[in-house]
Amino acid sequence: MTQSIVVQVGQCGNQVGCRFWDLALREHAHVNQMGIYDEALSSFFRNVDQRGADSTGGKINALKARAVLVDMEEGVLGEILQGPLRSLFSSTQLISDVSGSGNNWAVGHHTYGLAYREQIVDQVRKAAEHCDCLQCFFLIHSMGGGTGSGLGTFVLKLLEDEFPEVYRIVTSVYPTAEDDVITSPYNSVLAMKELTEHADCVLPVDNQSLVDIVGKIQHMSNTGKPGCTIKKDCTIISGQGGVVKVEKPFDAMNNIVANLLLNITSSARFEGSLNMDLNEIAMNLVPFPRLHYLLPSLTPLYTLADVSVPPRRLDQMFSDAFSKEHQLIKADPKHNLYLACALMLRGNVQLSDLRRNIERLKPTLPFVAWNQEGWKTSLCSVPPVCHSHSLLALANNTCVKSTFFELRERFVKLYRRKAHLHHYLGVDGMELAGFSEALSSISALIEEYTHLESPLMPNAPRLTIAT
Amino acid sequence: MSVVSLQLGQCGNQIGHELFSVISDDSGGPNRKQYKQCSDERFFHETSAGELVARSVLVDMEPKVISRAIAKASKSGRWRYGDGAHFSQKQGSGNNWANGFCVHGPRHEEAVEDLVRMEMERCDRLAGIFTMMSVAGGTGSGVGTYITQRLRDLYPNSFILNQVTWPYEAGEVIVQNYNSVLTLSHLYQLSDAILVHENDTVHKICSRLMNIKHISISDVNKVIAHQLASVLQPAYTADSPCHYSTNPIGELLTSLVCHPEYKLLSLCNIPQMSSTSLAYSVFNWPGLLKHLRQMLIASARMEEGIDWTVSAPLAVTSAGESATNSRHKSFNLSLANLLILRGKDVSTAVTDGFKDPALYVPWLKPENSFSTWTSPVAFNGYEKSATLVSNSQSLLKPLDNIVRKAWNMFASRAYVHQYTKFGISEEDFLDSFTALEQIISSYTHL
Repeated sequence: MTQSIVVQVGQCGNQVGCRFWDLALREHAHVNQMGIYDEALSSFFRNVDQRGADSTGGKINALKARAVLVDMEEGVLGEILQGPLRSLFSSTQLISDVSGSGNNWAVGHHTYGLAYREQIVDQVRKAAEHCDCLQCFFLIHSMGGGTGSGLGTFVLKLLEDEFPEVYRIVTSVYPTAEDDVITSPYNSVLAMKELTEHADCVLPVDNQSLVDIVGKIQHMSNTGKPGCTIKKDCTIISGQGGVVKVEKPFDAMNNIVANLLLNITSSARFEGSLNMDLNEIAMNLVPFPRLHYLLPSLTPLYTLADVSVPPRRLDQMFSDAFSKEHQLIKADPKHNLYLACALMLRGNVQLSDLRRNIERLKPTLPFVAWNQEGWKTSLCSVPPVCHSHSLLALANNTCVKSTFFELRERFVKLYRRKAHLHHYLGVDGMELAGFSEALSSISALIEEYTHLESPLMPNAPRLTIAT
Repeated sequence: MSVVSLQLGQCGNQIGHELFSVISDDSGGPNRKQYKQCSDERFFHETSAGELVARSVLVDMEPKVISRAIAKASKSGRWRYGDGAHFSQKQGSGNNWANGFCVHGPRHEEAVEDLVRMEMERCDRLAGIFTMMSVAGGTGSGVGTYITQRLRDLYPNSFILNQVTWPYEAGEVIVQNYNSVLTLSHLYQLSDAILVHENDTVHKICSRLMNIKHISISDVNKVIAHQLASVLQPAYTADSPCHYSTNPIGELLTSLVCHPEYKLLSLCNIPQMSSTSLAYSVFNWPGLLKHLRQMLIASARMEEGIDWTVSAPLAVTSAGESATNSRHKSFNLSLANLLILRGKDVSTAVTDGFKDPALYVPWLKPENSFSTWTSPVAFNGYEKSATLVSNSQSLLKPLDNIVRKAWNMFASRAYVHQYTKFGISEEDFLDSFTALEQIISSYTHL
C-alpha cells in the first residue's frame, strides 16, 4: 500500500485542504467500523502513539495527517489551529508568515520561495520519511492569487527536484472572468508555465462551475417535486457527519473538490475487482508529456430519497458524467476531441454495466483517430459515504485549450498596456523575460492541442514482410 | 508429474485462484478416486497435516489482489496456497510494460526465482511450468515476460506454457495495445506455446450462453478457469491409453506445436450454460462434435451465432492453389487440433469429422494434425464436455486488430515518452512490430 502527501498552499488551497481532511475522516469512519489502523487509513494518515512515534497496525491512537500546510498570512492557518481539526496536524507541519503575498506571483515565487525553501524541504522530507512507500504528492492551490499561485508553483518545482520519482498531481482552482483579483491573469499565466513543465497531472477546477453545481443541488432540494426529494445529507456538497460542525461559506464548493480527491485515490486505498493505482492515471491519460490537463467530472451529485436503483439510473449516471453540468471546469468536451478518458467507479457497479455503458457512449464522443478505444476503467467496491455508487470521469480533451485561450486573452489585454507590471518587476528575481516566456509557453500549449485536432495524415502504412 | 503454476499480475492471480478452485471442486466429485489422485499430484502437494497446498507462486507488484486470493483459498477449506509462496511489493507497475520489464523484473528476479525453485524442488517429476498473465497491464505483461525469460534461461529443458488474456477490444487500459505488442513479440521467442483467452469472447459466453444478467469479473474468470481445467485435468492420451497421462504439457505441445513459427493456441469448450439450465439439458456426442467442428471452421468462438454456411473445401489436390481457391472466404485453416472429451460414453464418440484433411494445411500428414484425449469422468458438473485446443487462423483477426491499433498510436508517438522513461526505446517498439507482422504473415499464408 502506498502513501500520499498533501501539500496545501495559500488561502484557497488550505480551505479546500481542510474540507478534504474532514471528508476523508468521515469516509474512513464510515468504512472502518472497528477502529483498526488499516492500510487504507495509512495512505493519508499516520497512527501516532503517546510518545509521538509511529505505531503501525492495531487500534487507532491518534491520527496525524500526512500533510504540509503553507500560507504566507496567518488567518487561515490560525483558524485551522483553533478548529476541531487541529489534532490532525503538529505545529511543525504548518509554515506561515505574517503579511501575505499581496496577490503578487513574483512575491510568492521569488521572495517567499527563497526565504522558506529550507523549511519547506525539511517538512516535506520529514513527512516522506514517515512513509513506507511514497507514491504521490497532491498539491492544492489556486492560480489567481499570490501565495497559492507563486509559492505553490515554487513548491512544485522543489518537489520535482527533491523527489523526482514521486508523482505530482496538482489540483488548481482557475480564476473566472469575473474574478475580483485584477492581476489574476498575470498570476495564472505565470503559474501555468510551471504547471506545464513540472507537474505530472493537473486537475483544473473553476469557481463558476462549482457555483453552478451548488446552485443546482440547492434548487433540487428546494423545489420538492414529488419523487425528487433529495436525502438532505447525501449530497456531494454536504459535510454532515464530519468533524467540523459549523458550516462556513465556500464550504459547499470546497466539498466538491475534496470529493474529487477522495474519489481519485479510492481505488488505490480500498479493494475492488479492477484496481487502479495512481501511477496508472498518469500512464494512461497523458499521451504527450505536456498535455496533462485532465477535466474532472463527478456524478451523482445527490442521492434521491427513493431507495431502489433501477439500471436506468446507473446509465443516467454515466450519461451525466459526460454532460456539461457535472464538469468541474467550464468547457465543452463533446464538441472537441477526446485524447483519453478514465472512468473510476465506486460502489455496487458490475463489469457488465460498465461495458454496456462504454458501448453506448462511444458513438457520441469524438475520440482522436489513433486512440479510438481510449478508455481506462477501474472498479472499487467501497462506495462513498451516503451514496450507493459513484463515478468520476477524468478526460484529457482538447477543449481545455479554450480555457487557456481566454486566460491568455485576459493576460494580453493587461500586458499590452504594461498595467501593474511594476509591482512584479520590482521584486528581486523577477524579470520581463519571465512574462514573455510564460506567454510563449501557454501559446505553445494551445498550439499543441490545436495540432492534435487537425485531420491527421492517413494512417501510416503497416510494415510488410517480404515473402 | 507435476505442474508448477505462476500467477502474474492482477489478472493472473485472479484467474489462478479460480483455476485451483475449479480443479479442486472437479476432483472432489463422485466416483473418481484415481482421477483425484492424479489431479492432486499434478496441482497440489500434500503436507504432513493432510492439507492440499497448491503448487503455485503468486507474483504481483501490489499486495491487494494476492492477499484476497490467499484469503479466499484458505476459506474454502479444501486447499490453500503455500505460506510464503507469494511475492509482492507496495507499488504497482502503473500499466507500463517498460516499468515491469526493465525495472521491477530485474529488481526482484532473485526473490521470484527462489520461490519458483522451491516449488520445483517439491515436485517428484516436473511436467512443466504454466504461467497465467494478461497482456494489457504492466505487471502481468512486463514482469511476466521478464520472469519467463529468466525461467527459460534457468530451465532450458522444461516446458513453458503461457496462458495469456487479451483485453476487451473496446478498451480497458488505454495503452493495452502497446503492452500487448511488446509482450507477445517477446513471449513468442521464449515460450513453447501461448494459450489465448479473449475477454470479449468470454464475456459473450457469460451473457448469451450462461444468461448471467450482471456479469462480474469473477464470472468471467470462472469461465476461463473452467476451460483451462478441462485441458489440464487428467486424461487418457494416445501415448498412454490405460493410465492417466503423466506428461500432459509435453503431449499438448507435440500434438499442436509442430513448427516454432506457429505457437498461438485457442480454446473452445462446449457446452457452457448456467447451472439451472444444465439440469434440463441432455447432450449427445455427435451433436457436440458437429457443433465443435463447425465452430472450428467458421472461427466461431462460442456456441451461439455459428455461421453454418462455411464449409470445408471438397477436394484437396496436390497443387496447393486449387485448394485455396475453393475455400470459403472465412474458412479457418488449422495446423493442428487437439480434442479433449470428458464424460459418459466417450468411447462411442466418433471424431472422424475432424480427421478430414481439407481442414488442415497440406504439408502436414493428417495423422500428425489431429489427436484426441479422453476421460470417462464427468467434468465439473457437465455430463459430457468437449474441448478443442487448436492451432489455427482463428486468432489472426484479433491479433491483426491489436497490431493495427498499436501501429496507429505509434505513428503519432503518443505515450511513447512513458516507455522511453524506463528504458524501452523506439527501436525496441519497431522490433516488436516487425516480429508480430512476421507472425501475422506466417498465419495468413498458411
